[in-house]
Amino acid sequence: MSKNEIVIIDYGVGNLLSVQRGFEYFGAKVTLTADHEKILNADRVVLPGVGAFGNAMRSLETLGLVSIIREIANLQKPLLGICLGMQLFMDESAEFGKTQGLGLIPGFVIQVPVRSLTGEELKIPHIGWSELRMSSEKTGWEGSLLQDNQPGDAAYFVHSFMALPSSPEYRLAHCIYSDYELPAVIGRNKITGCQFHPEKSGEVGLKILRRFMLQ
Amino acid sequence: MRNIRLIARLDIKGANLIKGIHLDGLRVIGSPSEHSLRYYRQGIDEIVYLDCVASLYGRNHLCDIVSAAAKDIFVPMTVGGGIRSVADAFQILRAGADKVAVNTAAVADPSLITEIARQFGSQCMVLSVEAKQIGPERWEAFTNNGRERSGLDVIDWVKLGVSLGAGEILLTSVDREGTRKGFDIALVRAVSSEVSVPIIASGGMGKPEDLLGVVSEGGADGVAMADIIHYKRAEIWEIRAMAQAAGLGVRRYEQK
Repeated sequence: MSKNEIVIIDYGVGNLLSVQRGFEYFGAKVTLTADHEKILNADRVVLPGVGAFGNAMRSLETLGLVSIIREIANLQKPLLGICLGMQLFMDESAEFGKTQGLGLIPGFVIQVPVRSLTGEELKIPHIGWSELRMSSEKTGWEGSLLQDNQPGDAAYFVHSFMALPSSPEYRLAHCIYSDYELPAVIGRNKITGCQFHPEKSGEVGLKILRRFMLQ
Repeated sequence: MRNIRLIARLDIKGANLIKGIHLDGLRVIGSPSEHSLRYYRQGIDEIVYLDCVASLYGRNHLCDIVSAAAKDIFVPMTVGGGIRSVADAFQILRAGADKVAVNTAAVADPSLITEIARQFGSQCMVLSVEAKQIGPERWEAFTNNGRERSGLDVIDWVKLGVSLGAGEILLTSVDREGTRKGFDIALVRAVSSEVSVPIIASGGMGKPEDLLGVVSEGGADGVAMADIIHYKRAEIWEIRAMAQAAGLGVRRYEQK
């Protein structure tokens, strides 16, 4: 496959069309598939996802994709997880009982806080446009998928759970929700997870997709 | 501070973008694709497409419009009108929608709310409520685009809908819809104070300033705009700038 060919893993969840169209906007050739060989042969792979963690892991297991995705990570191929896809990268989720994740980025998945520090009830899910901020450990976004973006750029979030990496080194960006910092972009080696939907975040998100094609 | 969402509402009949008054007396505005692309380029936060005759005739033209829009519009799209089953919702989501809005079929069978939420997540399941005032601080939910009474009290219905899995409420005031008289703030406040899911206020936006009250007093998380942008009475950047100047949180957007 040439550099502008991308495989989006199709395991029956989410709005894959928008992700596909986001890459096609830049002239990429996009394949939606659950075929092991096609995924392994891809230069870059996207793991999308909407819905519940447990269901998604079960689908991946049923389709034999757990080991395939781990192999993609081992091969150091660019791998992008979007929304639930990002959360699946973690070790474990607490959504509807504990479920093992893909274990590609150390950490776990917990519910977005339902109350502020002063006890005020927060609206869940966190839906809407929130600004991306640079995690305090980072001095810049050079070399990451956020390279073309600026702190303050707004992206579209829809989620009730969030991925918490165990080490700050995996955090690239967060957004502010009430009194909390919610991880927005996490990364390790060539694995990147976006909690928001780059394919639904206008120009800001398209820059991330384009950068992924160049990674 | 939470950013409120500026949402374009496109009512569709057949292949046309239309606009009515009190959801009735429909007038053709033009092509939905052209208008939605214009709104996207002006920095709209989200787009809602509603097929206003689908539940009457039991068919839906929206799949084509949505899948065409998904080629060059990269903001969230909610699609409603004529969605009767999980299969209908699946088809619309596959066509590029992010959320489905359901009214008539949910009133007929509330378990549909749970089925859609379970299958695709609550964030996908928008309960569309068409409210008409029937007394002081009392509103009744209507179906079939504001044509038929349901007998349901709006507040009770929304509470039930949320408990069944609705992740968002698209709350249309039929009384204000298309009138340019401003939002029904009392209605929005009555609903937003009872449930914790986001409320999109729809119906009545006559001038940019109308959104201030429905957000600050009504507690709306988003405002649906139709008439005001379709007839180019205000541009989206103007509305955004006004909201910003008034101290409301809105998405930062730089027009190209």
